[in-house]
This record gives sequence, C-alpha cells and structure tokens, in this order.
Amino acid sequence: MAALNNLTEHLEAFVDVTRSPTHHAESLKAIATSLEKGVLSINQLVVEMDMYLTTTDDVVRARGSILLLAEMLDYLKSKPLDNAVVHSLIGFFTAKLAEWRSVRGALSGCLALIKRKGVAGVVTAVDAEAVAKSMAQSIQVQSLALYDRKLCFELLECLLEQYPEAMINLGDLMVYATCEAIDGEKDPPCLMIAFHVVELLARLFPSPSGPVASEASDLFEFISCYFPLHYTHTKGDEASIPREDLSRGLSLAISSTPFFEPYAIPLLLEKLSASLPVAKVDSLKCLKDCAVNYGVSRMKKHYKDLWPALKDALYASTKTDLSFGLESLTSPGFEMGEIHREAVNLLQRLVKQDISFLGLVVEDIRVNMVFDTISRYLRYEEMLDTSKLEVLVVSQILSVSARSSVESCNIIFETFFSRLMNTLGIVEKTSPGDLVHNENSTVSTRLYHGGLHLCIELLTASKDLIPSSEECTSTPESAQQSWCSIVNRFSASLIEAFTSAVQSSNDDCSADAYLGVKGLLAMGMFRGGSSPVSRSEFEKILTTLTSIIAANSAKTVKWELALKALVCMGSFIDRYSESEKAMSYMAIVVENLVSLVRSSHCSLPHPMILEATSEVCSTMPTYVEKMVEGFEEAFCSSFSDFCVNGNFKSIENCSQLLECVTNKLLPRLTEIDGLEKSLVNFAISMWNQIESSIVFSYDFNGREFVEAAMKTMGEIVGVASVDSQNSIIQKAYNVISSSTLPAMESIPLTVAALEGLQRNLSTRDELILSLFASVIIGASPKASIPDVKSLVDLFLVSFLKGYIRAAQALGSMINKLVTGSGGTNISTDCSLEEACDIIFHESDSSKTICGSETFLGKICLGFCGSLDLQTRAITGLAWIGKGLLMRGDKRVNEIALVLMECLKSTNSSGNALHPSAMKHAADAFLTLMSDSEVCLNRKFHAVIRPLYKQRFFSITVPILESLIVNSQTPLSRTMLHVALAHVVSNVPVTVILDNTKKLLSVILEGLSVLSVDSVHKETLFSLLLVLSGTLTDIKGQQSVSDNAHRIIECLVKLTSYPHLMVVRETAIQCLATLLELPHGRIYPFRREVLQAVTKALDDPKRRVREEAIKCRQAWTSISSRSTPF
Amino acid sequence: MVSGLINENPTVYERKERRVRTDSTNTDEFSVEPIDQLEIFDHIRDIRDPEHPYSLEQLKVLTEDSVEVDDHKSYVRVTFTPTVEHCSMATIIGLSVRVKLMRSLPPRYKIDIRVAPGSHATEAALNKQLNDKERVAAALENPNLVEMVDECLSPSFE
Repeated sequence: MAALNNLTEHLEAFVDVTRSPTHHAESLKAIATSLEKGVLSINQLVVEMDMYLTTTDDVVRARGSILLLAEMLDYLKSKPLDNAVVHSLIGFFTAKLAEWRSVRGALSGCLALIKRKGVAGVVTAVDAEAVAKSMAQSIQVQSLALYDRKLCFELLECLLEQYPEAMINLGDLMVYATCEAIDGEKDPPCLMIAFHVVELLARLFPSPSGPVASEASDLFEFISCYFPLHYTHTKGDEASIPREDLSRGLSLAISSTPFFEPYAIPLLLEKLSASLPVAKVDSLKCLKDCAVNYGVSRMKKHYKDLWPALKDALYASTKTDLSFGLESLTSPGFEMGEIHREAVNLLQRLVKQDISFLGLVVEDIRVNMVFDTISRYLRYEEMLDTSKLEVLVVSQILSVSARSSVESCNIIFETFFSRLMNTLGIVEKTSPGDLVHNENSTVSTRLYHGGLHLCIELLTASKDLIPSSEECTSTPESAQQSWCSIVNRFSASLIEAFTSAVQSSNDDCSADAYLGVKGLLAMGMFRGGSSPVSRSEFEKILTTLTSIIAANSAKTVKWELALKALVCMGSFIDRYSESEKAMSYMAIVVENLVSLVRSSHCSLPHPMILEATSEVCSTMPTYVEKMVEGFEEAFCSSFSDFCVNGNFKSIENCSQLLECVTNKLLPRLTEIDGLEKSLVNFAISMWNQIESSIVFSYDFNGREFVEAAMKTMGEIVGVASVDSQNSIIQKAYNVISSSTLPAMESIPLTVAALEGLQRNLSTRDELILSLFASVIIGASPKASIPDVKSLVDLFLVSFLKGYIRAAQALGSMINKLVTGSGGTNISTDCSLEEACDIIFHESDSSKTICGSETFLGKICLGFCGSLDLQTRAITGLAWIGKGLLMRGDKRVNEIALVLMECLKSTNSSGNALHPSAMKHAADAFLTLMSDSEVCLNRKFHAVIRPLYKQRFFSITVPILESLIVNSQTPLSRTMLHVALAHVVSNVPVTVILDNTKKLLSVILEGLSVLSVDSVHKETLFSLLLVLSGTLTDIKGQQSVSDNAHRIIECLVKLTSYPHLMVVRETAIQCLATLLELPHGRIYPFRREVLQAVTKALDDPKRRVREEAIKCRQAWTSISSRSTPF
Repeated sequence: MVSGLINENPTVYERKERRVRTDSTNTDEFSVEPIDQLEIFDHIRDIRDPEHPYSLEQLKVLTEDSVEVDDHKSYVRVTFTPTVEHCSMATIIGLSVRVKLMRSLPPRYKIDIRVAPGSHATEAALNKQLNDKERVAAALENPNLVEMVDECLSPSFE
C-alpha cells in the first residue's frame, strides 16, 4: 500500500507543470524503478492513473498521464511485458494519435513500443499497421513542433525498418504519408531521418509497378529541393548534424531507387554546371552514387550529357602550375581540389562500370587534339596556359580511365600509346634485347615535356593493374597482355629517352630532370613476373639512377630526385617482396653506395654519400646490415688514417659518419629489425679501433669528432639491451684500464694534489674518458659496471679537472647504483652509500654526510683551492645532486644547502664569494631542475621518482625566499633570484598554481631584478611564462586580483624590455589577459597600460606590434565612454 | 534617405592568399622590421563593407598596391576605390580605414586617406572631408557614426 501512496505522490509531482524538470525526472525515475523491480505492475499503474488518463483537463491528460506512460515504457525497454498488455497499450496510443493535444505522449509511446526487441514482448504486425494508418491519417507532421516532428520521422523509420511486410500492405499510403511529412521540413536532424525514410521506402517497393515507382516524380520533388544542401545558420546548429553527413544522407536518398533517374540526372547535371563549388562537389558525389545504384542501362541514356559536364568540371578545377619539385615525384604533381578529386572518382566509376563510356572519351575531339598541342612546345614553361591545361587534364582523363580496369587500359594504350610514341619520336624495338639501328634511329627523340608528362601518367596508371603474384595465376594471361606487350615493345627506347632527358638537363631547368627521373621511376615500378620491363632493363634503370648519385658533386635537384626515386623503388621492392629485383638492387645500388662510403676519395662530398646510403639502405633490413658493415669499415680506415697519417680530412669524415649514424639510423631503430645488433657491433669496433691506435701522432683539437663520438656511443648504449650494454661496458673498461687514466684514481683528494695536477690529459685519454663517460651515462641500472669504486674516484678527479662529462657520468652512476640495504644485486661491488662516502670523502664518521663540512663542500664554498676548482666543484656537485634528486635520495638536501650557501655574499668564515662562483651556483639549480638532453633522462634509463621536482621545490623555495629577504648585496640578491627562477620555472605549473599567493610577490620582484641585466634574459623569459600561467587560472585569480597594481606595473616595464622580443610579446599578451579581472580592479590602470601599449605600437618587431594592437583595442574598449581611438 | 542598397550586386573578387612572412623567423633579435605595405594592408584588408558582408579586399575597394608607406617619414597614404561612382558609403569606408589605422599605427604617423582619382563623383569634397582633422573628430563624436564604423571594423565571421 505504501508503494501505491508514493505512486500517487509521484504522479502528482509529474503532472504538475509548475514544478522543475529535475523534479519531473525524479518522480519518473521513482515510478520506473518500482515497475522494474516488480513492486508495481503496468496494470496497477494504469488503474491508478485512471483519473489522469480520462480527465477533461487537457494539460493534465496530455502531459501528465500519456506522456508519463510513454516515458515509462521507454525506461522499460528491456523488461519483458505480456503480449496482451503491449497490445492494449499500443491500441491506446494509436487512438490517442488522433488527439492533437496529447500527440507527443502518443508518439513517444508508439515509438517506445515499436522499438521493443524480441524477448521483451513486441507489437504485432497488425498493430503496427494500425499505428501507421492512424499516423498517416491523423497527423499533420509539418504543423507540429520540432521535437514532435522528429518523433514522427523516427516512428516512420522504425515502422519501415521493423515491419516491412505490414508496410508493404499499406502501399501507397506510406509513400503519401512520407511525401506529406517531408514537404517543407527544414531542420537538419529531422531531415537526416527523413532521407533515411525515403531510402527505406525505395528498398521496400522495388517493383516498377509499385507505389514508389508511380509516385517517383512527387517524392523526388520533395527531396530534390534540398539539393545542394546549404546551411543558412552556420553557427550553433552545426554541432547537431554536420553538413557532410546530411549531404551524404541526401545523396543516398536520391540514388536510392532507379525510378528517380529521369529526374535526378538532369538536375544533378544542371547543378554541376553551377558556379557554386559546394554544388559541384555534391553533385559529383551524388552522380557517383547514382551511377552505382541506377545501373548501366539507365545511366547510358545520359552519357552524352554526362561526359561534357564531367569534362568541364575537370577543366575548371585543374590549375596549370605543374610542380617539378621533389615532393611531387610520387604524386600527380599538381594540386587537387575537392571538385577535381570527386570528378576523377566519378570518371573512374563510370569507366569501370561500363566500358562503352570509354568510347566517348576516346573519340573526344579535345582529347585527340592534345597530340598536336604536345608537339608544338618543347618545354613546359613555354606553353600557353590553355595548352598546359589541355595537357594536364587530358593526361588526367586518360590515366584515370586506364586505371579503371584492364580492359579500359588496353583500349587506351592501343588507341593512344603508339601515337604518343610517334609524337615523341620513340621507336619500337623489333627483336628483344637490342634496338633497331636503321636510319630511323638517327631521328633523335624529341623530349616534349607535355608528351613526357602524359606518357608518365599512363605508365603510372597502368602499373597498378598488374595483379600481384597470387592473383596472377588465376587470371588468363591473354586478357591483360595487350597493353603490357605495347609497353614491352617500347620499354628499351623509353628508358633510353628518359635517361637522356635526365642527362641532358642542366641545373637551371629542373623539369627535364624531374620528368626523366619520374619516368624511370614509373618504368621501374612494374610489379611481378609479368612486368613489361625485363630484368636487364630494370637493372639499367638502377644503374642510371645510381650513376647520377655518384657523379654529382653538389646537392642538385637532380641528385635529390634520383635519390628519392631509388628510395621509392627500394621500399617498393620490400613491400612486394620481389626477391629477384632485390638482388639486382643489392648488387647495383647498395654495393655501389657502400663502396663509395668506404673509399675515402671520390668527387662526392662525404655527407652526401652518407645521406644517400642511409636513405637507400634503410628500405630493407639486409641492406641495413650491409650498410652498417660498410660504415664500420669506413670508420676504422678513416680513423687509423688520421692516427697514422694525420689526415684531418679523415677525422672530419669520421665525425660526419657518426652524425649520420646518430641522426639517420638511430631514430629508425624500431622500424628496422636487426639494426640494434649491427649498431652494438659498430660501437664495439669503435672501441677496438681506439684501443689499437695507441699513439696519436698528431695533436688534434677535434672537439667536433669527440662530441659526435660521445653522442653516438651514448645513444647506442642507451638503446641496446642489457646484455649488449654489458659487453660494451666490459670492452670499454678494458680499454680504459690499459690506458694511463688509472693513474688518476690514485690521486689523493687534497687541494695540493689537485692543484698540482697541472698537466692536462693527453688527447687520446681525453677521448677515452669522454667515450667511457658516455657509455656509463647510457647504461641501464641493471647493467653491471666493474670496479665501481675506482671509477668513482676517476670521475671525481676528472670533473675537478674540468671534464663536465665526467660529472654527468658520476651523476648517472649515483642515480643508478643500488642502495646498500638492498644488497641482493651481486653485479655491482659497491653500494650507493659507499659511493657517496668516496665522493664526499668523509671517512672519520660512520654516518655519511654531504653537507658543507665535507671536502667537496669546502671547495665549493671557497675555503680552499683556486676559483677554477671552486666553479668546477659547484658544477660537479650539481650533477651529483641531480642524480640523487631524481632517485629521491635525502642527501640532495644537504647539497642544496651547500649550493645556497654559495649564493650568499659571504661564506661562514666571512670571506666574500667570487661572483663567478655565485653564478655557477645559481646555474646549478637549473641543472638540478631542468630535464637534461645529454644524460639522466628516460632515454638513458635514469631512475626517476615521481614528483621529485615538487619535493625539491617545497624544500628549497622557502629557504631561498628567506635568503632573498636577508640578502646583503645586490649581486647576491640577483643570484638568489636567478636560482629561484630556475626552480620555479621548471616545476609543473599546477604546483605554482597551488602556491600562487605565496609566490606571486617574489616572482614579481624577481622579474624586476632580472630585467636589469641582459645576461638573465632567458631566465627572465621563463619566469615571465610562469607568471602568465598564473594569471588566467581560477586558483590564482584572487591573489592576482589583489596584486593587480604590482603585476601591471611590472608588465608595463617589461613591454619595453630591449633584449628579448618574446619577453615584450608575452608581457603584452599578459596585459591583455588581465582584462579578465574584475573591472573595478583594473580600470584605474587603464591610462598607464594604454600609454605603454601605444608605445609598443612602434616596436621594431612586427609580432610585438600585432600583439600591441590587439591589447590596445581590448583595453580601449573597457572604458565607459566609447572612444574610437 | 534612400531605402535600397546603393550597389545592389557588387562584383566579389577572390581574396588574395595571405603571404606568410618567411624573413621574420630567422632574423636576429635586434634587427628592425619596418612597418611596410603588406603590414598596413593586413590591418585594413578585413574591414567590412558597410552594406555587404564582404571585406573591402573582396570588393577590390582596397588592394595591396593602394597603400603607400614611408616608415622613415612616418607617412602612410591609402587610396581606395568605391565600387560605384555615387557611393554614399565612401565616407564611411574612408572613416573606417582611418580609424583602423589610427588604432593600429604608432602616433607618429600621418595618415592620408584618398579616393582613387576618377572613381567618385564628389572626389574633391570627399578627400577634403576625410583628411580634415576637425571633421573627423566631429564625426567620431556622433554615436550613430561610431556604431557604423565599429560594425565595419568588428572581426568578420570567418
């Protein structure tokens, strides 16, 4: 009974129009749940609702009861209902359709019932028929509101989809109802369904004597008035149904039945001739759909009109600028608009469907005229625009038609190809293998650009028709051979012609080279065994292209074209796994290029050979192997050539080679299998080579080479597996222990000893040390490093000598060592704690400390040693600190304290710190916080604890802030601000936003302090970016608003910052964003800001001026009185 | 007041493609990029015609060549061509161009707005009106005129 009481309450709530929609939804939900749980049955509900369903109050009856019932049914879609219940309900709703006041409820009720699926109790066909009949007779769709109309269309759609038989019985009635419903509809969502309804109708009544056939003209009239679709209200509505979808729906509706054909095609052709681009695109798309659905016999009638229209569309949509650039080598070479693309699709469809359409193309006078046009001009640039257009369009038409089917290709080639060859003066070969040597051959080929273009287009089109090897067996040979044999007859001469085109080209005319190379490429891309190009001819193509690459001494267009063509062919061979061609490619292209790399003296500059080789060889794994081998050999020979003969050219080659490995090969590691192994071998042979060249007889300051070698070595180790890493490390360790470097390990860490180490490392030792550091940097934590303790010593001493790479390596080691407590890892003989002990040199106490009392800390603070030593120690300490920080080790706090101590103007014993040391200490914070490219990142397997930056931020910022407040000298204050700026600008922006209130004033102060000196411009910019991030965010808004005066003052000053354009630009942008603050807060500063921004209108940089105009406009408009300028 | 449009069916031309400045990316920090013809044209090309939803560029009222500028002498002259000879909208167009340039150029500039010779019936009077400081200032005191000008200068829908 309680349920029933509640029910009345909910019913009351739902019926009451004065309540809010959420209220309604709640009560609806409550009733639905009780129904679903079975507490309440539908019958009970209906009985209870009796009063509402029969009341004379229209509103209550319509809204409350009927709608309620309908919505309820929508909720219960999957709940099984008794068939009798369904029957009586649908009867009720059908009857209610006639009553306009309750039509919404009735419609949604019908829809909910009709939509019910199998198991849950469905509406019978007879009932459905009744619904349809009642709807057709009593509802005037167009007089309803938008939502109701949509329901109507949905109901129609549902009926047609679910009860096709019943609807067929109704016949004419449904078609009439649809016509009436659509007439005048303007709303995209409704139209979308309406178009689908038409499609469904067409599918239901396919017979020529059916209602759709007889009503075709009316029905078409109703839908055709929407073509081409045009949205008058572009904004807002568009979100519901995009124009493309609706247009697609319309196109499907128009093409849905062949009975529309007499009306549709003329209309579409008319719209195609319109000047509106949308109309053109839509009609082309629609024509294509029609061609598919109407069938050949119906379309045939219109060919006479269709072909000229299509041709005109192609002519009108083609632009005459043919590109002879690198990027168009594998594409048609001109820009394709949407109209053009659709026209091409339609043409292809028509030819594919009916070969007789091709007759029109072949006989077309304009197509045939093109051969005269071709022979009139030798060069493309000389052609008139109309002739260019002629050539481009005709080649497009012919190639598209040829591409459509084998049959059409045969016809096109039979009709045109020999003619084209005649025009170009290319002769047929009579016997396979050699050319005819009669007087004809003295008539040299005439390389008309237009003709060549046409020829290439045809060849490219035909190559797609060669079936892949598995299809080849199934199709009879003779069917496809006709065009093949034609091409075959001419292939040798064609290749000759293209070759001569390339060779005759000079630098100022790229067209010859382009067409020649493109032609060769087209000839080389025929697939499979039935290719019209024989193997020897294919090899000839490869030889030609390779010789172009080898012969050129500068990077010309020709060279680049040839290289790209070779790469295309290489990847083509790989894609279709053509083993025979792969062998030719290997023998001719790969071997040749690799041998070029190996030989140190050839006309081609070294970087170009490397580029060519790496591009070509990365097309297939076997080539890559070959190439890396070649690189290895080349490296070894060049390196030893340098060591023995002092040939500086060789060392330059070496570094270029290494750069090529880093930049070209390593990024593609995942694409090419087996590359990793070859690269690891490469790294090991680098070590071998260095090991074997004991003496560098020539002093060299090849920074470039060392840098390249370090980079390559580090990256190779970074990508290698742990096992490979171990072998590289072992090798490197052997080399290093056989050098003179171990002597450094034994140097005691005292100032005197370090200062006494005057002699710098020898060149070889420096190289070995740098490379070894790179190996350690790249190694993963799992790799085993031998003899860690002495290595720590070595790195420590060498970074105090000024080798930063050693400091980075030490940081990496510290980052990756296992902690002592874990102790399970047997691969290392030294734990983190031990390593720290060695570094900080604190042997007297049992606990490890890294603070200012340590030896290193003392050096940093300038208690002992020279200034050089001090700055090096600070930099080194920063890297060590970074290693610790990233793994989340506590010791970093003490390091941070030491660094901050360095920023004070005097150290604890009262000696003034040198400015240079302070600067290094400030920069140390950048090292600590920023993501480094060269070490300690994900690529190099660093151990990274999440949120490490946040932690460091929360530790250091309060200290830095208090130090700034207490700072004694301007210099120290500036340096502290630099350090703080580094910390603040590298921490994730959310952290800043959480602390805006605290940070804002110190950031502003920092900005004004840093803007004094141009040295800090980069730091200033990053700090400004932090500020701009806080301005807009909701979290920072309050404090920004409170500090508005200071912010504006600061930004106004920065709008004229002379040293960096982006600072000015950002400052102006920030000023514009400030307008989001409450009006009362910013209005007082209007004059000040406008003055500054007006000054910025005269900024030397254009981008700043642009921003200034926007900002000025925005600030002007906040004034109450409208001042136009 | 004439009720119909002055030019009911103007010829609409295609907009010129926006030239992307290639030189601005690689220059060093301290080089000066003077205000040039294209920059000024960029300011005014999107001003809308008072009676059609097209920009002045589309109607060929303004072209890039119609802007003369001398950054050293702080002088700019814009010559515009009304679509029809008796166009009474010419003053509004001229005023809009002037206002837009006053908003976009540094105050040191002298702005000269002219109707192309022979393109308008009352050419001399128009030129005088558009370049008279007092009259321009007075016109901008008129709220109706300001509203019209703002309408022309409001960013277009594209």
